[in-house]
Amino acid sequence: MKEFVCITCPNSCRMQAELENGQWKVTGNKCKRGQQFAESEMTCPKRTFSTTVKTAWDSVPVIPVRVSREIPKDKIFQIMEEINHMTVRKSMGRGDVLIPDVLGLHADVIVTSSVLKEYLEENNKENTYMHKDCAQEGGNYE
Amino acid sequence: MIYDVIVIGGGPAGLAAAIAAKKEGAQVLLIEREGRLGGILKQCIHDGFGLQRFKEKLSGPEYAERFIEEFHSLEIPAKLWTFVTKIRKSDQDFQVWTVSRNGVEMLVSRTLILATGCRERTAKQVSIHGTRPAGVYTAGTAQHFTNLQGVMPARRCVILGSGDIGLIMARRLKLEGADILGVYEVRPEPSGLTRNMIQCLEDFDIPLHLSETVTRIFGDDRLTGVEIAKVDEQMQPVPGTEKRIDCDTLILSVGLIPENEMAESLRVTMDPRTKGPVCDSWAMTDVPGVFSCGNAFHVNDLVDYVSESGELAGTSAARYFRELKGEADRTAENWISVETEGGLAYVVPQKIRKSDLDKKLVFYFRCRRTMGESMLAAISAGKTVFEKKYQAVRPPEMERVVIDLSKADIVGTSLVFQLGEVQA
Repeated sequence: MKEFVCITCPNSCRMQAELENGQWKVTGNKCKRGQQFAESEMTCPKRTFSTTVKTAWDSVPVIPVRVSREIPKDKIFQIMEEINHMTVRKSMGRGDVLIPDVLGLHADVIVTSSVLKEYLEENNKENTYMHKDCAQEGGNYE
Repeated sequence: MIYDVIVIGGGPAGLAAAIAAKKEGAQVLLIEREGRLGGILKQCIHDGFGLQRFKEKLSGPEYAERFIEEFHSLEIPAKLWTFVTKIRKSDQDFQVWTVSRNGVEMLVSRTLILATGCRERTAKQVSIHGTRPAGVYTAGTAQHFTNLQGVMPARRCVILGSGDIGLIMARRLKLEGADILGVYEVRPEPSGLTRNMIQCLEDFDIPLHLSETVTRIFGDDRLTGVEIAKVDEQMQPVPGTEKRIDCDTLILSVGLIPENEMAESLRVTMDPRTKGPVCDSWAMTDVPGVFSCGNAFHVNDLVDYVSESGELAGTSAARYFRELKGEADRTAENWISVETEGGLAYVVPQKIRKSDLDKKLVFYFRCRRTMGESMLAAISAGKTVFEKKYQAVRPPEMERVVIDLSKADIVGTSLVFQLGEVQA
């Protein structure tokens, strides 16, 4: 038997799950979502997560991103690796997709703020690189 | 020009307040000291915001930008990069002195909404001994470095305090490759939300040590280590239990305090339990025309409630001049005081306007200690006029309760709230 806490809502039910004839028997949950959470937690625990991605502009060096839906918990660091290898070199705003269907998990990595887009619009800087290291990469806008 | 409402602070509370006041037809101005609206949400890139309001798990910036867009669509003016240095009250209005790139300016408004948020307690406020090297940050500072500046503040990191921002930063820095050596909490139980204990610590095998604290800091230029000790029931370090942990960063997540320097300068009466102003059911302080909302009023754990509190302050401030014409209803007889007994740490608002006794009002409360099945009761003149049962209550989790006062027979000058464990 496994014991754990449901994180679906703030009630934080303390639940127990036991495998009975191939079915998870769950106790301690106050609602149906607890049963679902328990089953998923026992078979393939899923989470959402957020991080930032580097940009080519010094004034907005990073922008926030998140996965658009839950992904298996054990894939988090692999997705981090993908994101950490990227640099945003064009205007992107809230809701724009950075990585579609990341690792084939049916979730996108999406941008969650328009801070860069607004900065570029206000300063009309879309076509200029601010970062030295990006200029050296032979910047595709120059 | 005389504004009807000046909102100080452009975070979630201030944005909601300005939007609500504008929708009531008021001439509104918002003052924000930073260059961008959104307040602390700009750096809260984790998700979980807006579950109540939008039924979605948004990140902080997404939640804030929904309000910012509405704010701009209503063409509400905002002064950014503008800092309020002084406020003076005269008979009819408030004079607000500001400093910005335009120099010093004085603005005039009939009402003020203080939406100044809260501040983190610092190392000095928890009196840790030792040197003052680089590498000791509050969780919010570390979050600013990581999420806005794109700079890693830590390689080997100890976290003191199990507040939510500390837990969220533990996960965040771990994702970016730092070693999180442990979270140390002086109290015998964690002070963050349960789901953050799971998804930030357990998921990433980050150890939590209860009843232990940092007693000393080592290092000259940069932090080289901290001393940890167990504490007794009085939360005093137990001699002989000290051990040294080598690390380059200490992150403090040891509590938030409402920011009320301006309220104090206006001689607003403060509540020592919430460390925010005493407010009535219109979100008004005891200085007529001064309203308070969000984390400046009391520290919330859900932004949805911060927005709700801002909306009340905004609507009230706009209606204040139109309907109450200022001083007329200043006498104490117009209010019923909200009192607390038993297991409650506080209930807000602290006063109910008698004219609200026919309405549904929202109250927020926090309990003093963790309890199992509990009953919240509101008592008027010795008679229970409202009851609600809770499966469990924990001090880190603020509760929101709506009470239809028209159905509660309230008499006298006070309404007493009680919270007690239900005996099995």
